[in-house]
Amino acid sequence: MAAQAVSLNRKEEAGKLVLEAAGRWISSFAGQIERLVVDLETKRAKSAAVSIDASHIEQLDTAGAWLLERMRRDFEGKGAKAEIVGLDPRYKVLLEEVKQTNTGKDAEEQRDHNAVEDTLGYVCEMVVGFVKDSAEFVQFLGAAVVTMGRVLVRPWTFRFTSVVNQMDRAGFRSIPIIVLILFLIGGILAQQGIFHFRKFGAETFVVDMVGILVLREVGVLITSIMLAGRSGSAYTAELGSMKMREEVDALRVMGRDPMEILILPRMIALIIALPLLTFIGSMAALFGGMVTAWLYGGFTPEIFAERLRDAISWSTFWVGMIKAPFMGAVIALVACVEGLRVQGSAESLGEHTTASVVKSIFLVIVLDGFFAIFFASIDW
Amino acid sequence: MAEVGNQTQAARKPSKVPNNYPIIRVRDVWVSFGSHAVLKGLDLDVKQGEILGFVGASGGGKSVLMRTIIGLVKKQKGTIEVFGHDVDRLSEEELHAIERRWGVLFQHGALFSSLTVRQNIQFPLREYLNLSQRLMDEIAIAKLEMVGLPAFVAEKYPSQLSGGMVKRAALARSLVLDPEIVFLDEPTSGLDPISAGEFDDLIKALQQTLGLTVFMVTHDLDSLHNACDRIAALADGKVIATGPIGDMLKSDHPWLRAYFHGKRASSRLDGKKA
Repeated sequence: MAAQAVSLNRKEEAGKLVLEAAGRWISSFAGQIERLVVDLETKRAKSAAVSIDASHIEQLDTAGAWLLERMRRDFEGKGAKAEIVGLDPRYKVLLEEVKQTNTGKDAEEQRDHNAVEDTLGYVCEMVVGFVKDSAEFVQFLGAAVVTMGRVLVRPWTFRFTSVVNQMDRAGFRSIPIIVLILFLIGGILAQQGIFHFRKFGAETFVVDMVGILVLREVGVLITSIMLAGRSGSAYTAELGSMKMREEVDALRVMGRDPMEILILPRMIALIIALPLLTFIGSMAALFGGMVTAWLYGGFTPEIFAERLRDAISWSTFWVGMIKAPFMGAVIALVACVEGLRVQGSAESLGEHTTASVVKSIFLVIVLDGFFAIFFASIDW
Repeated sequence: MAEVGNQTQAARKPSKVPNNYPIIRVRDVWVSFGSHAVLKGLDLDVKQGEILGFVGASGGGKSVLMRTIIGLVKKQKGTIEVFGHDVDRLSEEELHAIERRWGVLFQHGALFSSLTVRQNIQFPLREYLNLSQRLMDEIAIAKLEMVGLPAFVAEKYPSQLSGGMVKRAALARSLVLDPEIVFLDEPTSGLDPISAGEFDDLIKALQQTLGLTVFMVTHDLDSLHNACDRIAALADGKVIATGPIGDMLKSDHPWLRAYFHGKRASSRLDGKKA
């Protein structure tokens, strides 16, 4: 039944080609109709005059009307004289309307793509993007410092409530997950250490290893990475959707600096929260290490604590803690820059949130590398 | 393929709706959010081929009714018939067949922001029909030009368009399957009077060309005067009056008087007289 829904028959009448269109020329059958039209074009005889008889069309919609019109235009394009006749008057308006469309004016030129050109273009864009990124981060950091300076001069403009709110959301509420993860990582480190140090009878050094590794590197790194994933992405998404809905512009026109209201509290909150979380996380990791050492290595907590006191010094502790606020600043900076870069679409929001997390984790690790070089050269 | 053809054919057959039977028939519909009842036993008929303007106070439930008819909001009680089918009794497939026969223009356009205008307009074609890319492109451009946008807009993303262009592009998307009913949620809000006037003309022209039935939620008094064949007024969860604009102007109901003879309305009328 569907096969007979539409048809297009051709016949010759006194040197004139007559095409009989019949049935329901509607979008549901547009695929079939198009095949009929294309078939006909491939095997058509040369004719000077073509008449498309539409009198048997029962139902017509835009898609059908367009296919009629397209057929007519194709014949005209080949130099034949073509016309559509016999169409039910109620569809006349529709056909006239469709005749006005697809005339090719105003259409955007489609450029041909060249693979080499595209790749080169892509690489260049990446390089330019990287340079622009760096410039923007520096500029943004500068603006943040200037704002911070202004707030220091006029302390009453400082948004204390907002900072506390951000600290609660980004800092306090991440305590459980950070404690859990670092507890597990401390335990895993200790367990690996015990198994491998046991081979040469140096089991007790596992305490040194866990203590130094956790306090200098692992504590702050894992905390930063967790926070970049958890709070940095939230900052980007928040600021991004505010940007999308012109809320950032609204602040600006009310004479308020978004930097001061939105960004500074977030940066300060992370700069304060990250060292605190690092401390809590490091303690959790040491505790994890202690529990594992007790279970696997038979060190009692007393021995562990004793050994730890000998193994680490204040500098070990401070190396980790000093890094933390810088990590917080980098995460907040990247998150805010990316957030404010969001354009109108939901896709753009997702793109920038991803970029925010990837870039901040990357920068955290790079920064950690620089700190390692620095502390090595000052012998800490 | 043949099966799909048959099914859609059955669904599209206009003869299923008897003559003069309303294309949308809403009876005793109750919708509430929590303890707050928005629609309280609402009745409404929409006739085939008309442009119905639906007015009411802000927050009064106009959009809720529209969303209830198209199935986005659940009703607690009542029946809704569309094309003569009770939507509650339809299977999922039948419901999809019905959904293909209406188009919806959301208040803010609801264009997919990650797709270009052309891809947006082609989306229903791609989902429902098996057409060649060439034909889909041509239909998309045809629709775009029918709603009065130039063809180059097709390659733009929604965020690059102005408010009026977004509405037109969204209208093109809602019309791409040649629906029998279009639901418009405040189509002219946020447009300048010239664009709004053009939009009214456009809707009227499309209604005549495509034989559409239009259900239009609106606040725009000019739209009500120029485009609508009939107006239904919503107050306190019920339709308090229906009829052409003339009847509305003559009505004694206090809310209607306030609405159609308020300061904004009368300055408009005065302007017209002068």
